[in-house]
Amino acid sequence: MAEPVLEIRDLKKSFGALKATDGVSLHLASGEIHALIGPNGAGKSTLIHQISGSLTPDSGKIRFLGQDIAGLDMAARARLGLARSFQTSSLAQEFSALRNVMLAVQARQGTSLRFFRPVMRDRSLTEPAMAMLERVGLAGRAHVPAAELSHGERRQLEIATALALGPKAFLLDEPMAGMGPEGAKNLTGFLDTLRQEAPILLVEHDMDAVFALADRVSVLVYGRIIATGDVDEIRNDPEVRRAYLGEPA
Amino acid sequence: MRKVVTREAIANGSLALLLLAVPFAAIAMDEPFYVTLATRIAILALAAVGLNIALGLGGLVSFGHAAFFGLGGYAAGILATHAFNAEPLLLGIPATTSMPVIWLVALVVCGLVALPIGAVSLRTSGVYFIMITLAFAQMIYYFAISWPAYGGQDGLSIYVRNSFPGVNTALPLPLFLICYGLLLLGLVLFWTLRNSRFGAALQAARQNPTRLAAVGIAPFNIRLTAFTVSAMITGLAGALFADLNRFTSPSMLSWHMSGELIVLIILGGRGRLFGPVAGAMLFVLFEFALGGITERWQLFLGLILLGVVLFARGGLMGFIAGRERHG
Amino acid sequence: MSTALLIEQLLNGLQLGVMLFLMAAGLTLIFGVMGLINLAHGSFYMIGAFACATVAAATGSFWTGLVASLIAAAAAGAIVEMAVIRRLYERDHLDQVLATFALILIFSEGTRWLFGSFPLYLDIPPLLHGAVPLPGGGQYQLYRLAIIGVGIVVAVGLYLLISRTRLGMRIRAGESDREMIAALGVDISTLYTVVFALGAALAGLAGALVGALQSVQVGMGEPVLILAFVVIVIGGIGSIKGALFGAVLVGVVDTLGRLLLPQALTLMLPPSQAALIGGALASMLIYIVMALILAFRPSGLFAAQS
Repeated sequence: MAEPVLEIRDLKKSFGALKATDGVSLHLASGEIHALIGPNGAGKSTLIHQISGSLTPDSGKIRFLGQDIAGLDMAARARLGLARSFQTSSLAQEFSALRNVMLAVQARQGTSLRFFRPVMRDRSLTEPAMAMLERVGLAGRAHVPAAELSHGERRQLEIATALALGPKAFLLDEPMAGMGPEGAKNLTGFLDTLRQEAPILLVEHDMDAVFALADRVSVLVYGRIIATGDVDEIRNDPEVRRAYLGEPA
Repeated sequence: MRKVVTREAIANGSLALLLLAVPFAAIAMDEPFYVTLATRIAILALAAVGLNIALGLGGLVSFGHAAFFGLGGYAAGILATHAFNAEPLLLGIPATTSMPVIWLVALVVCGLVALPIGAVSLRTSGVYFIMITLAFAQMIYYFAISWPAYGGQDGLSIYVRNSFPGVNTALPLPLFLICYGLLLLGLVLFWTLRNSRFGAALQAARQNPTRLAAVGIAPFNIRLTAFTVSAMITGLAGALFADLNRFTSPSMLSWHMSGELIVLIILGGRGRLFGPVAGAMLFVLFEFALGGITERWQLFLGLILLGVVLFARGGLMGFIAGRERHG
Repeated sequence: MSTALLIEQLLNGLQLGVMLFLMAAGLTLIFGVMGLINLAHGSFYMIGAFACATVAAATGSFWTGLVASLIAAAAAGAIVEMAVIRRLYERDHLDQVLATFALILIFSEGTRWLFGSFPLYLDIPPLLHGAVPLPGGGQYQLYRLAIIGVGIVVAVGLYLLISRTRLGMRIRAGESDREMIAALGVDISTLYTVVFALGAALAGLAGALVGALQSVQVGMGEPVLILAFVVIVIGGIGSIKGALFGAVLVGVVDTLGRLLLPQALTLMLPPSQAALIGGALASMLIYIVMALILAFRPSGLFAAQS
């Protein structure tokens, strides 16, 4: 097997007595969607934070594209191609949708210390950004400030921003949260095509989406992965049913 | 893109013309004092334009910009004093009374001081940043007071105003025009920065630093650059201020000065291109009008400021030009 | 240099530290509970000093003045909290800075209006006249020792207040979780007013105590305020323990720096230059210490976990 795009080995993180991440190992292979599920408080977000670099693990290894990234900060990891969406939308609220995506485009070009040329007249920024908005179906709302977008539109914008980074892997933290059934269905279809571009580590509560999309599923309970496998294996795993779906053994 | 002349553009143009017209009217009416008042407005506005880069665009509430305002002032004062006494500076470098050279020195000195202060202060954020910038400014203030070579507590007089090639700077109107010209340059720089890639990153760092890091731009570098550029412009204004008053003193470095610079921005409208100009006009007007009525004008300034903060958060520009728009 | 001088200066540093602690404790408490940065805290220091000087002059009793200073500062704090400050809790720090900066202008000019520009004087109470002998020879002012004593009593008192009483429990709850405290049925706006008034009273006490050592004048609170900021930045904003540690550190470093730095420099430089450079360096010393501490611990030595 080729080396995985993202590989996490024996990651540990405690907050006081709470072991939020208790020896987690998983990997993300190219072309796949790997879903991470688990009950509330299982430590999913803590894990994503450590992978993206906003939290420092106590111990363990994180390798991305064959490189140890544990010592890099969030911005450096993003520059390597690790794109992330947030559980609660984290956009530049005053900027329009277009300018949010343009920021990612300029970041990808590595040109933030240019002081003179006005960005709005810079087609090397506006055109790729507009193309990304079109891909997620948000072109009509390009000039609306992020703060005035609907909840679902903000999730779409988050994805467009991540796309604009031209990433080598996506970390998507509950992209379906708060979306209506129609929006969730559309996004599911969209993510399905996205895996060809870069593999996705998907944290999601919407089980319909997970079962429709995931090539593999890992189940996180109390900071530990209790099972990993394809959708059918996970559905039929007795331990998962007991620990997660709350069924008696 | 849009070629519509906005309400803000009209307001900005009117303010710029108004400030330019005042000294000419004053000269026509033989009231040179008002020229000095307008010059004071232009210089304070320039200082606040500098601070507005850090505070308005970057959301960096520097409570220590008086340090740079004062350093600029001391650059002008020290160079002029050495030149006046025909004493070379350190290492035998000759001093100068040429304004452009003095401005360059003020810019460089403030940049060099702002870099380490910014590098330490920007490791923190929020209230810590406010207090640390305040503390660093205070450190420079106490240094100026305890260092007797340049006047200590008493400050430093500039006996003959520094010179500008081809201009008689002793006359009020030419001096005003120099300051006004630099103010316009400062405004152009602010406008250019705000619309640039750097400005986009800086404003994103204010709105949401996590977002900036998530796309791969480290907020620290952007902020440090902004802080340094901001300090340099405020320092340039300080050099002009010293030349206007022909005097520089520790009071230019004091924390009241830092507070006043923030006040100028807030009175005018935070992050707005002409906010500092509107704010400086209001401030000098208050100072002059209230100061004419009562010695206790600062009491009323305090009440007005409190009112603006509690009830009129857009400042004067918010009032006359409406809400701000981002492209 | 004699041991006596060193001990004397050490005590002076401790006394300065105690003053700073009284200021910093209130600031840090107000920040910890309400998330508010209060520049006008120095005004309460000034109000305490003016109240003490005025009442002491009228009644002839320093002690009555001291009580008056506590009452005046606490009352001023409560009024300001209800009229202005409570509108600022939900605002960003910039608005808080500006509004409290405005309050300084109002308080300072208002005081100047009432009392004029000349300083007032406050005498050390007769009970605390005199001096105590120091080990190694020399004497130390009894009044300054008493100030140190007051600081220790206040520190212990605050500790007991916060760890043992109902009010303290609410303060701790308020620091960790604002919604929870509302859920407990505590009237949060009253709690905030009480905490703010308590902080103001401590500042007023500090002003009154120092008033007898220096002159009582407008603007006296500002240098102390900025030092108190340095203290809480070093100690970690929101931490009373940090405030105590930071205050003593700043007091001692500042005082000893002014004594020792010029002397240390005479080893390398001619005396006149050593005094000059040493003096200038000493005036910057605590800020350098602050920068160094922050370079390693950006949120202070005793920063609250979060």
